[in-house]
Amino acid sequence: MSRTDAGVTERPTGAPPAGAGRPGRGLTERLLAVRELSLLLALGALVLVTTLHNDRFLSSQSVKDLLLGCAILVILAVGQTLVIVTRNVDLSVGSILGLVAFATGELFLAAPGTPWPVALVTGVALGAVCGAVNGGLIAVARVPALVITLGTLYAFRGVDYYWAAGQQINAADMPRSFLRLGNQTLLGVPVLFLVALVVVAVAGFYLRSFRSGRELYAIGSEPTAARLSGIPVGRRVFAVFVASGALAGLAGVLYAARFGTLDAAAGTGLELQVVAAAVVGGVAIFGGSGSVYGAALGAVLLTMIGSSLAVLRIDPFWQQAVVGALILAAIGLDRLLALRMAARLRGRSAHGA
Amino acid sequence: MSPDAGESTSSPLLVLDDIAKSFGAVAALRGVRLALHPGEAHALVGENGAGKSTLVKILAGAHAPDAGRLTLAGKPLLLRGPADARAAGIAVIYQEPTLFPDLTVAENIFMGRQPLRSLRRVDTRAMNRAAEQLFARLGVRIDPARPARGLSIADQQLVEIAKALSFDARVLVMDEPTAALSGVEVDRLFGVARSLCERGAAVLFISHRFDEVFDLCQRLTVLRDGTWVSSDRTADLTVDEVVRRMVGRDVDSLFPKQDAVLRDTLLEVRGLTRTGVFSDVTFGVRGGEIVALAGLVGAGRSEVARAVFGVDRYDAGEVRVAGRALPPGKPGKAIAAGLALVPEDRRQQGLVMELSVERNATLARRGALARLGLLLGGAERAEARQWTRRLRVKTARLTAAVGTLSGGNQQKVVLAKWLATHPRVLIIDEPTRGIDVGTKSEVHRLLSELAGEGMAILMISSELPEVLGMADRVLVMHEGRLVRELSRDEADETSVMFAATGQGAIA
Repeated sequence: MSRTDAGVTERPTGAPPAGAGRPGRGLTERLLAVRELSLLLALGALVLVTTLHNDRFLSSQSVKDLLLGCAILVILAVGQTLVIVTRNVDLSVGSILGLVAFATGELFLAAPGTPWPVALVTGVALGAVCGAVNGGLIAVARVPALVITLGTLYAFRGVDYYWAAGQQINAADMPRSFLRLGNQTLLGVPVLFLVALVVVAVAGFYLRSFRSGRELYAIGSEPTAARLSGIPVGRRVFAVFVASGALAGLAGVLYAARFGTLDAAAGTGLELQVVAAAVVGGVAIFGGSGSVYGAALGAVLLTMIGSSLAVLRIDPFWQQAVVGALILAAIGLDRLLALRMAARLRGRSAHGA
Repeated sequence: MSPDAGESTSSPLLVLDDIAKSFGAVAALRGVRLALHPGEAHALVGENGAGKSTLVKILAGAHAPDAGRLTLAGKPLLLRGPADARAAGIAVIYQEPTLFPDLTVAENIFMGRQPLRSLRRVDTRAMNRAAEQLFARLGVRIDPARPARGLSIADQQLVEIAKALSFDARVLVMDEPTAALSGVEVDRLFGVARSLCERGAAVLFISHRFDEVFDLCQRLTVLRDGTWVSSDRTADLTVDEVVRRMVGRDVDSLFPKQDAVLRDTLLEVRGLTRTGVFSDVTFGVRGGEIVALAGLVGAGRSEVARAVFGVDRYDAGEVRVAGRALPPGKPGKAIAAGLALVPEDRRQQGLVMELSVERNATLARRGALARLGLLLGGAERAEARQWTRRLRVKTARLTAAVGTLSGGNQQKVVLAKWLATHPRVLIIDEPTRGIDVGTKSEVHRLLSELAGEGMAILMISSELPEVLGMADRVLVMHEGRLVRELSRDEADETSVMFAATGQGAIA
């Protein structure tokens, strides 16, 4: 009947694409697609320019400062990546960090003898509880995470302010062993940064190599298809928010250890930096793609821009503008690469006909 | 009780008994039964909206039936979600491919079932190898490591088929899988389905292409209006008989179109082509005439309407309204020229559900009703009152949100919105979908009245009785082409259905 001829004439790509089977992609294409590489290039260029201007930029002290400075942002960016990959966003991380940091100080005030590992576990657990509140509300209310976490951003901060009631906790109120955690180095590398590295490595390994990690990408890539293929979408998204909360809790404890002086305003506005780090790091805001390595490099880049501009004696006023330009450039690059890739993929499947 | 009582050669593998499913007030399925036998392909046919896709969703675990029982190999089967269906060995190939564009082809195939190595890590290499083997069985070459984004529809469908194949499913459900495939690929798919049957699986095949149905399937079930009509061996059936059962109804005088004086041609479409969607569509509609555009879902009817109105672009051809060419891709110009489009999906495209009845009714007239750029309540209200009265919209207040109205009344508000622009040409897509019988005949009376006033009406409808009752002429589309034009006298269920399914398209 009419089917066979109609099918053939109507679909020019009818024959199986001949060239598509071989993974013979161009090397440049693959390298370009690896976002981490372009970030490293940007980092390298920034280091080069700044060092040429002032060779003390690469002194061990200033490198140490840089690593110390970016550790907390890196940890938060990892948590945010887990969330964004599933096509959600967690705006409450700055508030969770603040709340946990203050709670850690209060814990030492109430029980001065508490060993620091206990404080660490308590902080992570408190963060996880906050994350569970986010995840639970999203699951129950079926409202976008953006709105829910915008609400809890204020709610958690409000709890923090109510609890602190204007008081401040000082380094003197906390045990030495705990504070040392914030400044100590191991083989010249700050412990804080090592913790961040471990977090990045674990999360990266998880996302890449485990079924549930891959499912997070699937959920963000196409939620309907994820549901139809039997992925427990609700449970996964809930877990992701708990993880993001727990990591914000960890960051809160480390914040307390590093700065020693705590009030209710700790970490205010940090959430936007975190999202910026992830976006600059190539995590697609609509989910489905991106890696924690990219997000971590994004966090390092953002932190380094701050210190470079200081070394280069550029008005701090410009720092914000540079960060903004960087975000726009990152998004522009993503869009360009996506268009190129799409054209190339289309081209490949059309060649066979 | 079994639909095939007395002729079964084996006991059925999967039995659906007395299945019912409603969405709100609309009953999609009532008392549907189906028995799939191991080693057999079973066809499910029916008109658009007969409930086939709902049944597929139930088998996939995506919808829970309101009533009825599923039995798999003699044991009751409860599907609480897609994961349960998978665990039971039911694989579904959907009409629309459901892939993850960001993930690789191999991951798409094995999501949730990836081969593992030590520490429960995903073994990417083994996964890619397995995907390559599946593609080899299908005889196609798709790189398992490439992302699914950018695959052609046919290649996406092939990935879906590979996915279903990888299950080693006991029951394979295919919901119109061949729409995007070429002849060679269809043959391969059928080869795969047959080899699954030989290994004792049951296949449920949904298609509008009767040659394929008779080629592949041993049994055939007809659904009509969400109810079970018949289940027979295909050897005992003819295409004519199947079409008659699918249509089934008597076309009564429910939809009278009064004869109107035919005037000049108001809408002219010549050689309209959008690559891959529709091609070389040419027709005209005269004042006072109702022309129906019939065809199956996916034939490209709505796409033509959207292109004519300028919402979508087109690659070739032209549109003229009252003799004057319309610039492509400019809905504003189309409205100014006297064109109105009442879209198919009123919730998404026709109404702003949160806004009031009066706001919605006057939405397309904002410019004319504004004074110095301001929309003052009075003018809107007067205009809205006039049209809601003429269309007998039942609403407590004109300020009530449109979302609170019944489907039929919502449709009237959409109509009011467009009639308020005083169009010369009205394009109306599925005018009575999902509305009750009473309102249906009101809408039909109104359309007839408007034609009588000299309006040219192009009506897209999937309901045959509506097409046959209302249209002066019927244009039938099949796979992106206008395949037949039938006068009022020529058009009946069989001739329209035959043309729409591509049978005797060159007649």
